[in-house]
Parts: sequence; C-alpha cells; structure tokens
Amino acid sequence: MTAGSAPSPEAGSAAYVLAVADDAMVYAQRLGEWLTNAPQIEEDMALANVSLDLLGQARALYARVGELDGSGRGEDDYAMFRDERQWRNVHLVEQERGDFAREMARMLWFASYQHELYAAQLASSDPVVAGVAGKAAKEVRYHLDHARHWVLRLGDGTDESHRRMQAALEWAAPYVDELFDDHAAAVTAVEAGLVARLPSELREAAQGRVEAVVSEATLTMPDPPTWRSRGGRDGIHSRPMGYLLAELQHISRSHPGATW
Amino acid sequence: MSEPTAVPAGAHDERSWPLWEVFVRGKRGLAHTHVGSLHAPDAEMALRNGRDVYTRRQEGVSIWVVRADDITASSPDEKDSFFDPAADKIYRHPSFYDVPEDVEYL
Repeated sequence: MTAGSAPSPEAGSAAYVLAVADDAMVYAQRLGEWLTNAPQIEEDMALANVSLDLLGQARALYARVGELDGSGRGEDDYAMFRDERQWRNVHLVEQERGDFAREMARMLWFASYQHELYAAQLASSDPVVAGVAGKAAKEVRYHLDHARHWVLRLGDGTDESHRRMQAALEWAAPYVDELFDDHAAAVTAVEAGLVARLPSELREAAQGRVEAVVSEATLTMPDPPTWRSRGGRDGIHSRPMGYLLAELQHISRSHPGATW
Repeated sequence: MSEPTAVPAGAHDERSWPLWEVFVRGKRGLAHTHVGSLHAPDAEMALRNGRDVYTRRQEGVSIWVVRADDITASSPDEKDSFFDPAADKIYRHPSFYDVPEDVEYL
C-alpha cells in the first residue's frame, strides 16, 4: 500500500479495491449521522438503509483487500485501525452533513458514480469484486432513485426548497471531479481486468444521469467551480475527515478486541 | 410534481405530511395485508417509505399505499348495530346438513 513506487499487480489491485471500499465506508458513516436528524422518521429509516447497504459493500471489499495485499487483515483492521493518511476515499463523502438538500445532492452524484462503477466491475477478473458489484448494483439503483425523487421534489417544490436545492448542487460541484480522476490504482486495476473502465470513462454516463434529474427538477447545473478537491486517493484529506474517524473509531480503539 | 408540498422549510411537524396506510403482500401471500402506516408527501414517496420501513427484512414482494383519508371506516359507535345482529344467526354457517359418505370433496 505504499504510494509512489510502482506497485505489484496484487498490491495495485488491493489499493484500488481499498479506494472503492473507503468511499462506501466513509459515506456510510456520514449517512448514519442522519438517524434521528432526518426531516421525518421515515427518512431516518431510508437513509439508514442506504448507509447499511454501503457498509455491507465496504465490509465485503475490505475482507478482499486483506487477501489481495497479503496482510490477512480483516474488515475491522481497515475500518477502525487506520489513520487518516491511510484512507483513500474522495473528499465528497467525508464532508460534514449539511442540510437535507446537500445530502440529496451528494447522494445523487455519488450514486450516479457508483452506478457506473459497479456496472464496470460486473465482469471483473476478481470474483469477489464482481460478486459485490452484482449485489451492489441493485442497491445503488435504489439510492439513485431515492436521491432523484427528493431532488425533484425539492427543486420543483417551494421557492425555499428550490433555492436550497440549487445551493446544494453548487456546494457539491467542487467535489465532483475527484470522483472521476484516473488515479494510479485505478489505472493498474483496469490493466489487471479488475474493472472494465477508468474513472474518467464513467463520467459521461454518471453526469448524464445527474443532468437529467437536475433539469427535470427545474434546477440548473452549476457553473464550473473555481476550485476542486483533490488528494483523497493519496490519503490527503480535508478537515472534517479527522473528526469523522475519531467518532467512527474511538470505541474500537478504546477497547481493542471488544465484542458483544 | 404538480402538487408542491406545503411543508415549510425546516418543519419537523409530522402532521405536515399526510398519513398513508401500507399494505404488503408476502412472497407466498395471496392478498395484501395491512402492516401499518407512515407519513409521506405524496404517493410515490409513500411507496418508497413503505419499502424502507416495512420490507427491510424481506417481508414482501409487493406494496400498496392508500391515503388514510381515502379509507372509509366503520365507526366504533356503530359496532353494535353493524356486527351484533350476526351473532345469533348460526344457521348462516354451513353446518346444518349431513355430508353423504360418497362425496369426497366438499
């Protein structure tokens, strides 16, 4: 998992799967924060369901990473005992929970991205990656549907909901490019047949989905942002990441090996 | 989205969304069974909320949602006049004739 030097094919595959898993894990943690905080108890349940789908994806992938990188580490080792610089998720998923419109903007983008990502992993050379993709593809279709319905309602709802949904799209825009960066591990993964397409090749379809929803919701796509996030795939994270990890990991680290 | 929701921004009042009754048909079930109710801004979201709240453990393969307002229900006050008159009419049960021995399926 060392960055920089040319990785062996297995290590490269492990680094790629780790990035996919970290995106899912960190977003699962953020979505879990909505429990008791969503506009309605029904939405608490909906977001928790999405969170648990993502957690399930991450768990299966972490187990595979432990095999691919030869370390034999388990899911808890990856989720609970890595420091910030060892995480490979994009900045979009680590950003603090904003208002509900922001969450729907983030979910719309992330689910659109994952939708294309898992489609490109269905014929993966790695049976676990292919298996997770097959299961996750159905889950992600529902996440996409959920985000779409809310963006439509907020965008084409009241003046206030329209304004906030539009603002949410603007908020998410600087974090979008990073999803589609062809980072080193992804290039290695494509060469190894782990995934059929590079992140940049997922963009057209993913963005098309987002644009269709935005337009139907009487919203407009934001202008190209004046800055963009970068660094997540190299373990360089933004300020909220440390706080997120502290909350995620403190029980495991305070009581290593504890069970119930 | 022809009907904008009347929920003010930041509203946390559950009563601001209408109530929906949820019916789920299980895998081997023949009929949709009432499983509970929930709040949702419209029918499509009610269906999705129903999925998330009532079918998380594979309880069903089909969901109906009905606006609670659209259900006409008998009143508890009418219980006596509605249902008691049937109590002493046991002849309505098909139990007052002998089944001939040779009849196999009845």
